[in-house]
Amino acid sequence: MAEIIRFRDDEPVDHPAVTVDSFLDQSNANAVRVEPGDDARALIPHLAQLHLVEVNFPAFGDGRGYSSARVLREAGYDGELRAVGDVLVDQVAYMKRCGFDSFEPDTTLDPDTLGAALARWPEVYQSAADTRQPIWSKRHA
Amino acid sequence: MYLYDKYDQAMVDARVEEFRDQARRRLEGKLTEDQFKPLRLMNGLYLQLHAYMLRVAIPYGTLNGAQMHALADIADKYDRGYGHFTTRQNIQYNWIKLEEAADLLSDLAKVEMHAIQTSGNCIRNISSDHFAGAAADELVDPRPYAELLRQWSSFHPEFSYLPRKFKIAVIASDKDRAAMRLHDIGIRIVQNEAGEPGAAFYVGGGMGRTPMIAPCIREFVPLDQLVTYSEACLRVYNRYGRRDNKYKARIKILVHELGAEEYTRQVEEEFAHLQQQGIEPPLAELERLKTYFADPPFDDGPKTVDRSDPDFALWVDRNTIRHKHDAHVSAVISLKPIGGIPGDASADQMHLMAELAKQYSFDELRVMHTQNIVLPHVRIADLPALWARLDEAGLGAPNLDTIEDIIACPGLDYCSLANARSIPVAQKISERFSANGKTAALGELKLKISGCINACGHHHAGHIGILGVDKKGVENYQLLLGGSEAEDVALGKITGPGFSEDGIVDAVETAADVYLRERSDGERFLDTYRRIGIDPFKEALYG
Repeated sequence: MAEIIRFRDDEPVDHPAVTVDSFLDQSNANAVRVEPGDDARALIPHLAQLHLVEVNFPAFGDGRGYSSARVLREAGYDGELRAVGDVLVDQVAYMKRCGFDSFEPDTTLDPDTLGAALARWPEVYQSAADTRQPIWSKRHA
Repeated sequence: MYLYDKYDQAMVDARVEEFRDQARRRLEGKLTEDQFKPLRLMNGLYLQLHAYMLRVAIPYGTLNGAQMHALADIADKYDRGYGHFTTRQNIQYNWIKLEEAADLLSDLAKVEMHAIQTSGNCIRNISSDHFAGAAADELVDPRPYAELLRQWSSFHPEFSYLPRKFKIAVIASDKDRAAMRLHDIGIRIVQNEAGEPGAAFYVGGGMGRTPMIAPCIREFVPLDQLVTYSEACLRVYNRYGRRDNKYKARIKILVHELGAEEYTRQVEEEFAHLQQQGIEPPLAELERLKTYFADPPFDDGPKTVDRSDPDFALWVDRNTIRHKHDAHVSAVISLKPIGGIPGDASADQMHLMAELAKQYSFDELRVMHTQNIVLPHVRIADLPALWARLDEAGLGAPNLDTIEDIIACPGLDYCSLANARSIPVAQKISERFSANGKTAALGELKLKISGCINACGHHHAGHIGILGVDKKGVENYQLLLGGSEAEDVALGKITGPGFSEDGIVDAVETAADVYLRERSDGERFLDTYRRIGIDPFKEALYG
């Protein structure tokens, strides 16, 4: 298991995340793991209780986790949102835009390549779950 | 046409550098082919039978002379001196080296072009009406709306790893020249009863192995909610589209399995939510985009031309289209010479088309999804000079929308997915009908050929469609009749057992002869087919 890359300053949750089903089954847990087939909207009534949501990417080509992340951020979740699994350097910039602020890749990411990937995009075309100002907004500021 | 500002240019330049870095990591072995594949695909780079193929985006099929010159230069510098215009209004090059692909993308970026999202499971290049801004029958020019969605869909962080590829078309006329309802999302710009402009959304169409005609899921989306509504359509698809079977992963299957009503309900629910998120560009952005598509300075001039040369007159009749300004026409440059490869153009021909666009069409060209090129705004007075130059260069074939104007996919000559060759069949059919002289009598007859069930050659939507299959190691061709991609959209029906390569050419002629025998005054092939049904054709083919 590779190290966790975090873009937040608070203390990480130090116990394992539970499944969405067990969390919804009257759990007191504050960390939950969302699988691709889970509907992240089921967590929305419980966001205040959650400190960590892990979104699993069993295969990097399965993009459901991007929507799960954005849905949670749109609902106001401000705890840690961690992409875990087959998380590759060329997907991290998009993941950040969808609201992920920590990453636990199966394979360690090369720090230089990661730095280059995150610095790559000078602008963004759309509004998403990050704070970046879209190009259309700059054009009509 | 649209011109990049500093933001657009910065994004395309960043993409070139990103790809250069990815290609380097692949060549150094730091990326596996499995990891590299979706990255190169999102830059239009496919691995074909013999080499890499690179597909360049031509947004909504519009380009200027400098861009066409650059495409010609790329054909010379990186390929074998030609390119292939596609049914997605793009161009592809078939002989690209991975080591040179980033340099090619860099050359494209210098003329405000790219290969972004021309492949991969993401939102693809957006297509539109090839006569946009010129057609006499359009409500408005659809291209500003297509450009709005192009920018929204470019590098979309949530929708770059969809279940499958995703194609959007935008039109703004009752006439459908973009196969709008055979797209994942088809958008038609309309007016509501109050005279306000908006968009009708058709979702879940497509060709491929399970062809579907998209149902209308909303008749009117206000213009200041276009992006938000599109986002809702995509999010529901990203969430529920099937990922267990790539052949059932397109949105058409989701809409079909859920039912259009349930899919629509979910989209509306997501739309209501997303409207609170402030993701829609202001209408001022749409107004900004519209300024790029303002009419060029059309001038009044002659509305008729000397037709004493019969070859010229035939070309005018077949290959020019009524324009909204009556001293102009849209002129179609056929890339379907008799016996040629549909959609192929040499670098010299591309250079010539670019020069002619500058001289005669306000420096603008269009790529048609039928694999021809349009000069959208030609003065009627200039037609004789234009035709003479085209004819001299072998680009004057007078065959728009005839049986010689065949759509064909690259097929087994290039494509690693194909089961059969398409190009030789197209060549033989155009040679047959040129030789037997029936082309003129047949009139409008749209013939489309695919070399496998993925249907890149749009065979489902041909008045006559041909599907190449592999039958125990031998190429075999099925015949379909009655399809249409236009406003009278329909899916063709298979006539019966398939034919050999030569047999299919005979079968097409047999079907054409049934039409010539049975037609009533003014009927097109498709009209006659719809009136008499498939049985007389079957009888002639198999009876």
